[in-house]
Amino acid sequence: MDVRLLTLNVNGEQHTLAVPVCKTLLEVLREDLHLTGTKHGCELGECGACTVLVDGEPILSCLALPIELEGREILTIEGLMEGGRPHPLQIAFAEMGAVQCGYCTPGVVLSAKALLDRNPMPTRQEIAEALSGNLCRCTGYIQILDAVERAVAWVRERRLILEEGRS
Amino acid sequence: MSRRVLHDGGAMLRLPPFRYFAPRSLDEALRILSDHGSEAQIVAGGTDLYPKMKRRQIEPRVLVSVRRIPELSRIVWATHGGVTLGAGVTLARVLACEDLAIAYPALARACAVIAHPPIRSMGTIGGNLCIDTRCTYYDQTFFWREALGFCLKKGGAICPVAPGGTRCWAVSSSDGAPVMIALGAVLHLIGPHGERTIAAEEFYRDDGIQYLAKAPEEVLVEVTLPREDGWKSTYWKLRRRGAIDFPVLGVAVAVRMESGRCRDARIVLGAVGSCPKRIREAENILEGNRLEPDVIEGAAHAVSRAIRPLDNADFLHLYRKRMASVFTQRALRELTDPPPR
Ligand SMILES: Cc1cc2nc3c(=O)[nH]c(=O)nc-3n(C[C@H](O)[C@H](O)[C@H](O)COP(=O)(O)OP(=O)(O)OC[C@H]3O[C@@H](n4cnc5c(N)ncnc54)[C@H](O)[C@@H]3O)c2cc1C
Ligand code: SF4
Ligand code: FES
Ligand code: FES
Repeated sequence: MDVRLLTLNVNGEQHTLAVPVCKTLLEVLREDLHLTGTKHGCELGECGACTVLVDGEPILSCLALPIELEGREILTIEGLMEGGRPHPLQIAFAEMGAVQCGYCTPGVVLSAKALLDRNPMPTRQEIAEALSGNLCRCTGYIQILDAVERAVAWVRERRLILEEGRS
Repeated sequence: MSRRVLHDGGAMLRLPPFRYFAPRSLDEALRILSDHGSEAQIVAGGTDLYPKMKRRQIEPRVLVSVRRIPELSRIVWATHGGVTLGAGVTLARVLACEDLAIAYPALARACAVIAHPPIRSMGTIGGNLCIDTRCTYYDQTFFWREALGFCLKKGGAICPVAPGGTRCWAVSSSDGAPVMIALGAVLHLIGPHGERTIAAEEFYRDDGIQYLAKAPEEVLVEVTLPREDGWKSTYWKLRRRGAIDFPVLGVAVAVRMESGRCRDARIVLGAVGSCPKRIREAENILEGNRLEPDVIEGAAHAVSRAIRPLDNADFLHLYRKRMASVFTQRALRELTDPPPR
């Protein structure tokens, strides 16, 4: 079997491990790094449960090979806290009832984070488009879209307050 | 037990083992491909290949990634118009390029409706033009297909779609393919016997198994789109959901007008057969005429008459045939109506 020694940057930490090349990032995250926040759904690219960010872009870890990701920044849901505090998206999802069974949530939140980092004031349509690869089988999409909008509003208010404080 | 490996109590769909190469030049890629012959398969983003491997539809022993080859990641505009896209350019990069959307709206439209955002970040334009054909009876897990009996496309003797037949009717399901034909694109290939170019229209074969006019060891290097030159284009896609799903009908239309009349037209349908279908009967109805409603309707009916979708994709095939006429009309109206101010 083709096994390689790889160094992966996951959530800001370097991990060096021996990986069979045929093992997907999803398998390595869950089984070798024990980061089980990344979920496995279809494992065929259809559901988005396994979404992680690579250099800020959402990708599907079930279709990604770790050997192609050396030197890239991989972010999973476990790495989303900022300075020990939950990300505004995490708070908004909890408060707005956007999490039911929670299985789709890590992928949804990461897709939403990638959008907000690129476009801090998205329209509802843009949010829906950015989340269009993430299936949710139980909450439904209304609360999810509401929660992302809430997080957008918070981040904006916080920025306004900071700007006022500065002037 | 190869398809379901139990680990920590959980069953997952895993890739079969393979050896992996990531050459940094075309020469090196060609050498590896010829060293490994039929055991090797080219991979770019893997978004079509890996699901097929997980379902054990394809089991290459060697993968040759083309992502590190510099020639494949370029976008080069020619001085007098026209652009060459490296086969390894991602769909997201095509979408981010405004000049492409202005010159070739059909291409931007098609890329915007392929799968969903993560796949568009991973998948490439070259991979999109080479994706495997699809079929309800083929795109299933190993377990499912084993239970029914393997079909012709997997080396079996039966075809549940057209029982008794000897050919495979799996469906060409690329959104990019009909668009590239409508835009008059030319593909550049390199293989052990040198380089060659081929019109996008000649690149597809009406055969669900041997669906490309390309040897497995030939690498698609780039795609050249000709100068815009007055052509207007668009793409309409039918699928059940607004995202994720492959097309079950794609209509790519390009027209060039001259003094109010249609000078040239190209109408190409995707997902209605084993290759994209150019409908010359419909083009002939448009050419030389003003695109009045009755002319558009005539062309749309010609489209519908010319295609014969089978019952091996989502939606009733008769509905897809009917929608081909509806979408052709919508596409042509979009191109002929003056843009709203
Ligand atoms: C859930 C899901 C939804 C999808 N929806 C759509 C859709 O709506 N429309 C659509 O068109 N596609 C769809 N796809 C298919 C696929 O994701 C895209 O077409 C994508 O652009 C394929 O590119 P890739 O680089 O990932 O191809 P890969 O999977 O890497 O390759 C695909 C095929 O092309 C060959 N190949 C790749 N690059 C080259 C090259 N340079 N030279 C020679 N051969 C090459 C490979 O050997 C393989 O046979 C979907 C896939 C999934 C999983
Ligand atoms: S058309 Fe027939 S042979 Fe081809 S993939 Fe479908 S079932 Fe198999
Ligand atoms: S588990 Fe990766 S997309 Fe469903
Ligand atoms: S919360 Fe259950 S799948 Fe989305």
